[in-house]
Amino acid sequence: MGDTIANLRIGESGVIADFSLDLIPLSLLEMGCLPGKEVRLIQIAPLKDPLYIKVNGSHLAIRKEMASQINITKL
Amino acid sequence: MKNNVVSVALVGNPNTGKTSLFNQLTGLKQKVGNYPGITVDKKHGTCKLSEFVTAEIVDLPGTYSINPQTLDETIVLETLLDEKGESFPDLVIVVAEVENLKRNLLLFSQIKDLQLPTILVINMADQMDGKGISIDIEQLKKELKSEIVLISARKNLGVEKLKKEIENYSNWNTEPIANISDKIDVEFFNEIETAFPEQSLYKSWLLITQQKYCDFLSKEQCEKIDVFKSNAEKIKKYQHKETIFRYQKINEILKKTYKVDKSKATDLRSKLDRILTHKIWGYTIFIGILLLIFTSIFEWASLPMDLIDGLFANLSELAKNNLPKGVFTNLISEGLIPGIGGVVIFIPQIAILFLFIAILEETGYMSRVVFLMDRIMRRFGMSGKSIIPLISGTACAIPAIMASRNISSWKERLITILVIPFTTCSARLPVYAILIALIIPNHRVFGVLNVQGLTLMALYLLGFVAAFLSAMLLHKVLKIENKSLFVIEMPNYKLPSVKNVFYEVVEKTKSFILGAGKIILALSIVLWFLASNGPESYKNASKEVSAQAESVNLSKVELHKKIASYKLEHSYIGYMGKTIEPIIAPMGYDWKIGIALISSFAAREVFVGALATIYSVESEGEDVGTIKQRMAAEVNPKTGEKRFNFASGMSLLLFYAFAMQCIGTLAIVKRETKSWKWPILQLTVMTTLAYIVAAITYTILS
Repeated sequence: MGDTIANLRIGESGVIADFSLDLIPLSLLEMGCLPGKEVRLIQIAPLKDPLYIKVNGSHLAIRKEMASQINITKL
Repeated sequence: MKNNVVSVALVGNPNTGKTSLFNQLTGLKQKVGNYPGITVDKKHGTCKLSEFVTAEIVDLPGTYSINPQTLDETIVLETLLDEKGESFPDLVIVVAEVENLKRNLLLFSQIKDLQLPTILVINMADQMDGKGISIDIEQLKKELKSEIVLISARKNLGVEKLKKEIENYSNWNTEPIANISDKIDVEFFNEIETAFPEQSLYKSWLLITQQKYCDFLSKEQCEKIDVFKSNAEKIKKYQHKETIFRYQKINEILKKTYKVDKSKATDLRSKLDRILTHKIWGYTIFIGILLLIFTSIFEWASLPMDLIDGLFANLSELAKNNLPKGVFTNLISEGLIPGIGGVVIFIPQIAILFLFIAILEETGYMSRVVFLMDRIMRRFGMSGKSIIPLISGTACAIPAIMASRNISSWKERLITILVIPFTTCSARLPVYAILIALIIPNHRVFGVLNVQGLTLMALYLLGFVAAFLSAMLLHKVLKIENKSLFVIEMPNYKLPSVKNVFYEVVEKTKSFILGAGKIILALSIVLWFLASNGPESYKNASKEVSAQAESVNLSKVELHKKIASYKLEHSYIGYMGKTIEPIIAPMGYDWKIGIALISSFAAREVFVGALATIYSVESEGEDVGTIKQRMAAEVNPKTGEKRFNFASGMSLLLFYAFAMQCIGTLAIVKRETKSWKWPILQLTVMTTLAYIVAAITYTILS
């Protein structure tokens, strides 16, 4: 099984894999979360969820459930 | 040349300073109205561009894209697509911000492709140097085929230049910038273009992608659109492709025009984030802020509230003594003035609440709270985003319920809407404030904490506990599939702008007071009429009482008092009150409180005003005093004890904590949930709960 955003540790980065396209909801794409872009995990909320990420210049918080559907290659 | 009016739509991502620009352009010439048919606040205002031209500006809700996910965003789409709509703009201002220009340009490119006259405004330009950002504006203008103005809305830089540009809008280039058909499916998009030759390709495409038909379309248009809607999978895929294509295009453009020197970036954001979302400090700070808000509502507002209370008592007195005696004077001094006083007395508390909420939103702190609380809130079937409505609910449930619109999961949103009325709204405050002042001693414990303040805080806490417990129950009971999409932006921290906060507080307080004011005023006039008129026995009051009193020797003053209370008891309202007395007796209330209680089913805050009207009718001709003094003097004739003692006071406090007494809230819940089922559920469950709790409390304490 490959890595997803949910597997990152704080400070780590990865690149969003191309085949994630169908899994990422449109609104997340519109916020800049696109295949091929680097994503960095900035912070995890105290109860382990949601995740605070920086992707393509945007600072976003998403739930772990969604993060675990977005495949990445760790950097 | 005649005086021309151009209509302007202000569009932009949240957190770009769109509202700051709106405030700079319109100043105090702004109003909040409603969009036809829906209750989303429509902020609009006017701005004089030159001697001859005035702009009518609409501040549309903040949105990341015109593919709507929420109701607020639907408004943006419909305003821009409905050419016959009353808000359809002559031109669009898209507000972007230097740091997030890339994402902001996505929205810009979509609007530009609608081929409306569009101008790009890049805000916070004064921070470019500090952030190491440089932009080649001339090149960017060429690439985007648009005029661009750099501004700093807070410092009012560039705003004049923007006004000049707007005047010239008829000369703007309206070519699209992203040709979506080329990169996705030429044939498919050509078919669309041939089918709808009268409008831009992008507009047709947007209409096709909508799940629901826009209200303004004719039946024929809908049928034509249907042809292309058949393959939902394909449309979804193309929407994804379109977004990626737009970003590619934007990246190409920005590569040529936008440079960031990263060494200059400061690290304030991550330092603050580390503290504010810390597992211990994060929650400690959040609770601290909540405590600060609730204590200041009581501490800061009590002085101006006492002043207002006293002022209106004096006004009543003044009117009574100086106007010619008669029905009209009575209406003014006993109906109108106490009624208005009952509204005005809210202003300090509501303003303080709105002030705190505005500051928390402005600084970007609210998003951190959403982040901190999401996991906890989910246990109760809500979302981190429910925190904002729940906190706003402490000001007023109506805007709070509207603020729940950005929760994309229906179940989470429904639960939030249903439990919001438990949070202690400002309409409960005057009731709480006056009862607490009457039954709780004004002591201090540990030197700093005021017992009255603590009681109020406990009531707030009770409201939240009730909200969360019922949410948990609803979470278990409601069988709704929970498809949730949770994405929030974590904006950069900002110092709150005094101007923005000021306008926000003034606007919200004004609309609340005017809205509630109408109901309170009307009800207090009706109450006054019912209390100072009555059937046969009312008219014979002085004869009856005098006859009864002949045997006992009464002074003139005592006789007068007797007549007045006899009159009230035999007025229309007296009869109504007596009828319901058996129902409310278990909670420890007399018929006068009963009348106030029933009147406050329209709006809770009517309670104090209604009591004020009833007592001042009763105390006819005498020193009126403040509402508080009158309530303290009220005696239970059966026991000889004070009417508002600890037992009945606590029972009232708890009744108000739980009961659903607000027509406005019920109406908005109906509109937001599109069904009478939910408001009726709220009304019956909450009020039954209130009755039971109040009756038990009274029985135990008395």
